[in-house]
Amino acid sequence: MTTTMTNPAPSTTHPVLRRGRVTATLAAAITIFSFAATTSTQDASTLKGSIRVDGSSTVYPITEAVAEEFSKVATKVSVTVGISGTGGGFKRFCGGETAISAASRPISPSEVELAATNKIEFIEVPVSYDALSVVVNPNNHWMKSVTIPQLKAIYSAGGAKTWKEIDASWPDRPLKLFSPGTDSGTFDYFKEAVIGKEGKVRSDISVSEDDNVLVLGVSGDQDAIGFFGLAYFEENKDKLRAVPIVSATGGAISPSASTVNDGTYPLSRPLFIYVNAKAAAKPEVAAFVDFYLTTCDELASEVGYVALPSDLRAKSAANWKARRLGTQFVKDGKKVDGSFSTLYQ
Amino acid sequence: MMGGKTIATTRRLMSNRLFLYGCLTATSIAMLVLGVLMISIALEGWSSVSWRFLDSFASRKAAQAGIKAPLVGSLWVCAICALVALPMGIGTAIYLEEFAKRSRLKHLIQLNISNLSGVPSIVYGILALAAFVRFFGVSTGDAPWSIGDPESLFFVQFPFGPSVLAGGLTLALVVLPIMIIASQEAFRAVPQSLRQGALALGSTPWQVIWRVSFPAALPTIMTGAILAMSRAIGEAAPLLVIGGFLLVFQTPTNLMSDFTVLPLQIFNWAGRPQADFHKLAAAAIIVQLVVLLFFNSIAIIIRQKLQRPLQS
Repeated sequence: MTTTMTNPAPSTTHPVLRRGRVTATLAAAITIFSFAATTSTQDASTLKGSIRVDGSSTVYPITEAVAEEFSKVATKVSVTVGISGTGGGFKRFCGGETAISAASRPISPSEVELAATNKIEFIEVPVSYDALSVVVNPNNHWMKSVTIPQLKAIYSAGGAKTWKEIDASWPDRPLKLFSPGTDSGTFDYFKEAVIGKEGKVRSDISVSEDDNVLVLGVSGDQDAIGFFGLAYFEENKDKLRAVPIVSATGGAISPSASTVNDGTYPLSRPLFIYVNAKAAAKPEVAAFVDFYLTTCDELASEVGYVALPSDLRAKSAANWKARRLGTQFVKDGKKVDGSFSTLYQ
Repeated sequence: MMGGKTIATTRRLMSNRLFLYGCLTATSIAMLVLGVLMISIALEGWSSVSWRFLDSFASRKAAQAGIKAPLVGSLWVCAICALVALPMGIGTAIYLEEFAKRSRLKHLIQLNISNLSGVPSIVYGILALAAFVRFFGVSTGDAPWSIGDPESLFFVQFPFGPSVLAGGLTLALVVLPIMIIASQEAFRAVPQSLRQGALALGSTPWQVIWRVSFPAALPTIMTGAILAMSRAIGEAAPLLVIGGFLLVFQTPTNLMSDFTVLPLQIFNWAGRPQADFHKLAAAAIIVQLVVLLFFNSIAIIIRQKLQRPLQS
């Protein structure tokens, strides 16, 4: 029993602790940022005020990292981050309570409407890519890969009760399902991409808005299956196994940075932050978003997400610089269909 | 005859002993559970408690994470809660016990207070979200009406938002019924003869309360205050409802500052899958227990000091 800190175990599999290579480039990014901020507006350390961020728990690992690094530079700015889920975050954002809302799906038509009634204008900023990862317990040796129709059969209302019902070669064991809560953008994305617009997700599943709870649930039960953002899988590789998804071309693809980048992973999706336009006029919020965009590629890969390709990154930065208002994914009160990379301008 | 009496006595002594053992078992089970809990937490968390842990902000790296923001946040919120709940609770108790006549209204108030003390705290959180954080939606949160310089200690804005003031008021709502009931019991326990003696000597009701019944009731009121504040410092649910920021990198500077509290930080760390964060959660629990014991010991010292003059 000593009162000193335990040493950070160097051999740990925790990817967040393995960051020697990242630190140098990050330090460079921070220096560039401070320099840019000094020349354009003012030195980051003289900034004051508060920035309230809430929203998706999928985006939280990036926002947590960005907020932590930002607080080291802008020591007088109070950054606070919550995890209410994408939907819960938008409820607060559209009521003007938070300056920035993190989202793992684009803003929905009803949320755009709510913002309009409250006279809240916002700027949409894609920050990174994620591979929605389907995970099982490491002791699950039978599920070598899964197709989208199989996932649909597992998660649809009135779906299978045992593994055997999905595939005859799988054991006759009960299915234990885990899912992010209905306020989560991950749930919305999964429902749309896997179940489809008409279908319903079954109700006999364990849900949590906190992805860490899902990690604990799946890692503790051999018959469990769940899904969440890639970062939560990367961080818990020793406790979980990601199931390769069978793509349209026939190959089984595992979630990773490279399969997202080359577009082969079927369940990849963008992550966003939405910035309140009135708040964006404040120097501390503007500095925070600038900092977010300069560091998020580095930090996203550190925590397990995938940096945006350079063309999309450039568009995202340009839209932020021009303070382009509104969303590109809702038109005339309806959701715009299509893939992110082709839609986003 | 003699034999029968002995048997009856033996049975009486037997049941006496059985009762004693029953009570002893109940006590030791409670102590055992508490002991196991404390020892396991001490073993897991003690190595993480250090000055650096107390003096650093949260971090995504377990080795660098600390509890400065939640620790100071908890102290702020509890101080505000005490400043609001203690005077209001004692005041209500004085009115109900010393002034209010037996009436239907008093009965109704009494019934409500008893019921409110059993309401789950998350319900107060929902009420506080509407009342303190959003002012029932009078204005949107991005255009608050404010008084004073945001840098100064006396900065106030309306609606309060998820600020430390809103948090303190929420907890005050949660503990108010406990505070009132405990204070009422305290005043009820003061012998009527003391009051009558003072009144007979020509004291006004104010003098009776201030010089006689309040000092006599104060030690018991302090016990109630300990219970109430212990409840307040351990609450997470209502604070999660009103704002629930988990990651905070500043300590509060005024009543409008954003905050987080120890139970929220413990909840967040305990929910993470990495064992390193579980150690931090255990360490934060140790700190929370120390803070709680510190508060309680202050209240006990005050109680001891106040008890003396009355007994002499």
